Amino acid sequence: MIMGDSKEIRPLLKPLSSRARELPFSGIRRFFDIAASMQDVISLGVGEPDFTTPWNIREAAIYSIERGQTSYTSNYGLIELRRAISKHVVQLYNTSYDPDTEILVTVGVSEALDLAFRAVLDPGDEVLVPEPCYVSYKPCVTLAGGNAVGVQTSAEDGFQCRAEQFERVITPRTKAILLGYPSNPTGSTMPRNELQRIVDLASERGLYIVSDEIYDRLTYDQEHVCVSSLRGARERTIYLNGFSKAYAMTGWRTGYVCAPEEILRILMKIHSYTMLCAPIASQKAALEALHRGEAPLRDMVAQYNQRRRLIVDGFNRIGLKCRMPEGAFYAFPDIEATGLGAEDFAERLLFDERVAVVPGTAFGTGGEGHVRCSYANSLERIEEALSRIGRLTAKLIS
Amino acid sequence: MKPESSYAKLRLTMQEKKIETEILEILSRDCRTPPETIARMIGRSVEDTTGIIEALENQGVIKRYTATIDWEQLGLEKVIAFIDVKVMPAREVGFDAIAMRIARYPEVKSVWLVSGGSDLRILVEAVNLRSLGNFVAEKIATIDGVTGTVTQFLLRKYKEDNVLYNEPEPDDRLIVSP
Repeated sequence: MIMGDSKEIRPLLKPLSSRARELPFSGIRRFFDIAASMQDVISLGVGEPDFTTPWNIREAAIYSIERGQTSYTSNYGLIELRRAISKHVVQLYNTSYDPDTEILVTVGVSEALDLAFRAVLDPGDEVLVPEPCYVSYKPCVTLAGGNAVGVQTSAEDGFQCRAEQFERVITPRTKAILLGYPSNPTGSTMPRNELQRIVDLASERGLYIVSDEIYDRLTYDQEHVCVSSLRGARERTIYLNGFSKAYAMTGWRTGYVCAPEEILRILMKIHSYTMLCAPIASQKAALEALHRGEAPLRDMVAQYNQRRRLIVDGFNRIGLKCRMPEGAFYAFPDIEATGLGAEDFAERLLFDERVAVVPGTAFGTGGEGHVRCSYANSLERIEEALSRIGRLTAKLIS
Repeated sequence: MKPESSYAKLRLTMQEKKIETEILEILSRDCRTPPETIARMIGRSVEDTTGIIEALENQGVIKRYTATIDWEQLGLEKVIAFIDVKVMPAREVGFDAIAMRIARYPEVKSVWLVSGGSDLRILVEAVNLRSLGNFVAEKIATIDGVTGTVTQFLLRKYKEDNVLYNEPEPDDRLIVSP
């Protein structure tokens, strides 16, 4: 460009992928940009544990680096880690996967989701996705060439989905049902009998089930139900899990997929070309988490549970109706009493009181009227945030 | 007694134990957590919670409430020593009599019976090296039944009562994340 020339000269370049361009940016991003530019913000917008990875797990990774374990691993992941995952899933859910052929270590559940949809979908195939849901679910389906069909759940139903709702929207193009319980953002879980009915429906219609159970260890009043463990589920289920939430290991980016061999080998093929393998230090850390992570996990769950009761009680006192979430570390209060929509409320809260929450609409249409508040935060900050939210709410309600 | 009722009773005690443990864990993290907050954290009434805490205090389960203080940061010099004491146990009372004799000195912060080469390990705090030396020489070593002492001075604290002294762990997570 010539100095002083105001006319922009654009190089000759064809447009980027229309599928990628048309994909909307995450609703969370906008909030992040605003909040990041402000001082003294208390954030309930963080979707990760506030604990640091337990020391024994960090130390295991340091030790492996010291010993020079810096190579690629098998595409599937370290065999000792896959064996440990296999044992772990049997112990927790009495469901068995062969460590040699039915388990794949991935770069977080995020990669696993992408693999699952790429493996399952042909262009135009449909995936049924209960909403509100994790922000990546629908984009992952789209990027794999599929169409995500939202199935709206509501606060009245405890944000649980029912087989009938899926049945109503199944078409000949429907290929899979995506389940993500305990749920981000609602914290809700699914009762065994309702899950079984969904599995039965999938069996009748020949559908796959992609089940993201990353929050499985963070349930409070009842045992988690693993979808693969249900009658008739294993053969059609792609079970996704990982280490991020249970062991406070988000930054390690390590997860895994369990599925029957004929499904898993296709995921593995894609993984071998696109990712090759998960980082070896992270895999070593994950192995330590499975061997000796249970005690720190129990301690973290006990603390989340106390904060959960505190924050839910706090919202209800303020006058924002909030159901007790059964899992994950999110409360999803109803903010309709304030007369504002989710986006406006979150914005007012950020500008007036410097508390960051995520509007429910970022998680799909069913999230209107709610905001997601993470209680993976210290007690002091949760209490301070509640008092600030209370101040704004009182102003809005009066 | 019918088996069901004793089972029900056992379950009730187990539940109570669980609540008590939960309260104690909260207090051990921060003993200034108000009863109102604790009540909301455990899902019980404030009356219940205060009642349980009072009972735990009365039973001596909760000994006292203290603060973990970094005296050095305040500029206050204190000499702290760990002293391993070898003791000749006495008939009838074993180590208890000597242990209690030592424990009653206000300079002595803690006394433990330990396994290994020595018998008692005590933690002593004094204003300076000389007074600490005097205390050991005059008070501890001279007790009947004490056959030897090994004193180790504390040079630097890295962690105490679960608190890391020199490594603040800032919350550097992204402000909003999915």
